[in-house]
Amino acid sequence: MSQVPADLHYTKSHEWVRKLSDGTVEIGITDHAQHALGDLVFAEVPDKGRVLASGEACAVVESVKAASDVYCPIAGEVTAGNPELATAPELINQDAFGRGWLLRLRPASAAFGALLSAAEYEELLRAEGS
Amino acid sequence: MGRHTPLYDLHRSQGARIVDFGGWDMPVQYASQIEEHHAVRRAAGVFDVSHMCVIDLTGAHTREFLRYLIANDVGKLTRAGKALYSCMLNETGGVLDDLIVYFLTDSAFRLVVNAGTRDKDLQWIRRHAQDFGVEVRERADLAMLAVQGPQARQKTMSLLAPGDRERALALPAFVGAHVAHWFIARTGYTGEDGFEIMLPAGQAADAWLALNALGVVSCGLGARDTLRLEAGMNLYGNDMDESTHPFESGLGWTVALEPAARRFIGREALQRVTAAGSARELIGLMLEDRGVLRRHQKVIVPGGGTGEITSGTFSPTLERSIAFARIPSGPVARVEVDIRGKLLAARTVKPPFVRVGKPLVS
Repeated sequence: MSQVPADLHYTKSHEWVRKLSDGTVEIGITDHAQHALGDLVFAEVPDKGRVLASGEACAVVESVKAASDVYCPIAGEVTAGNPELATAPELINQDAFGRGWLLRLRPASAAFGALLSAAEYEELLRAEGS
Repeated sequence: MGRHTPLYDLHRSQGARIVDFGGWDMPVQYASQIEEHHAVRRAAGVFDVSHMCVIDLTGAHTREFLRYLIANDVGKLTRAGKALYSCMLNETGGVLDDLIVYFLTDSAFRLVVNAGTRDKDLQWIRRHAQDFGVEVRERADLAMLAVQGPQARQKTMSLLAPGDRERALALPAFVGAHVAHWFIARTGYTGEDGFEIMLPAGQAADAWLALNALGVVSCGLGARDTLRLEAGMNLYGNDMDESTHPFESGLGWTVALEPAARRFIGREALQRVTAAGSARELIGLMLEDRGVLRRHQKVIVPGGGTGEITSGTFSPTLERSIAFARIPSGPVARVEVDIRGKLLAARTVKPPFVRVGKPLVS
């Protein structure tokens, strides 16, 4: 069973959201997602300044097997894309919740209600048979 | 549920991720496809290729039959155990399958054909063999392991009785021999040295585990695909099929039009192609930027003609994406590839991309 850190929020499409102390959030894909994709060889992250709507495709992660869109969990403006992923996309496999973060953004609102808690995400994984 | 090889339970017990391949449930990877790839280039890996089909042909007219059945010429094979890579064509020159044929004796040859085409191939071969009185025997009693990499042959020696080792080690490239109850051939689909071993199905699991104990890494079909593409080897169903002929599939070198007197299935159709010149060709591509070339992506050549990627992947050895593509014939150094709506630049490369572990492109 994959890791599901308790202090993060999640989406049904296997993204996670971490609140940072400066009011921005950090976004990535979960351990379950990286495992399903296999060895990642390419990750395309959005540029600083890009404005994203909730549910908008904001990044692409590519394994040998397939390319996969990552959907932005909450609306906001991108403050950074992870610069390490250009040369080391495998960080997503190795440390999906840490160094494998994809982007940071300043949320358009404080509303986190639509996101899943860690317990709810774990339940989703169980139901999916992982 | 797909078909299972004798090693299916063992793959599951080793944590393999199983996928469908040509109707078979096969391991695509164990821990990491990229690590498995590197293990083969640097040391040794073992693949279960028991889903492929071994067919033994016997009879006084077997050689004559094969000279008619396939596009390459078994007339070239004089040394016992020598192997030949060939296409098997239909009457319009389209590729039914690619295969390896081993010359064993004047009245005995062995074929190894692809898993996805085995039923079609057996039906085709049986039908034509009748005209030559050749007996066709599918060897469903055999499993097949491929042990590949610079250390592969050395490690395999420990599996053989001491009296058999010298003979196995002495096998030259592309030659096979019966060694005790096994058939060992110095062939492979990775571009590395190694063996393909055909052995009684009941012995396969022990052989696999013995190889693991010697440090030979279990490898799946994912690594098999990245290795073969780096080595410039075609995959049936991707790079060629019944609608394509060898000259537009990078396989012209496997067609023996000499001697001119040899009649084989598809010959007339191919002669029409060589007379007119093939309109399309298969080339190698390497993406200059980061990204992954994938099958079916559109290729645009200078002048506006278009083609298509037939096989694409990320090359762990080159750390770049590589591919085969079928494009209009003619020399071209650079193309553009439509990757999800963006046009990215790729340069053409004459395969292979990697040989004996060394990149051939910078």
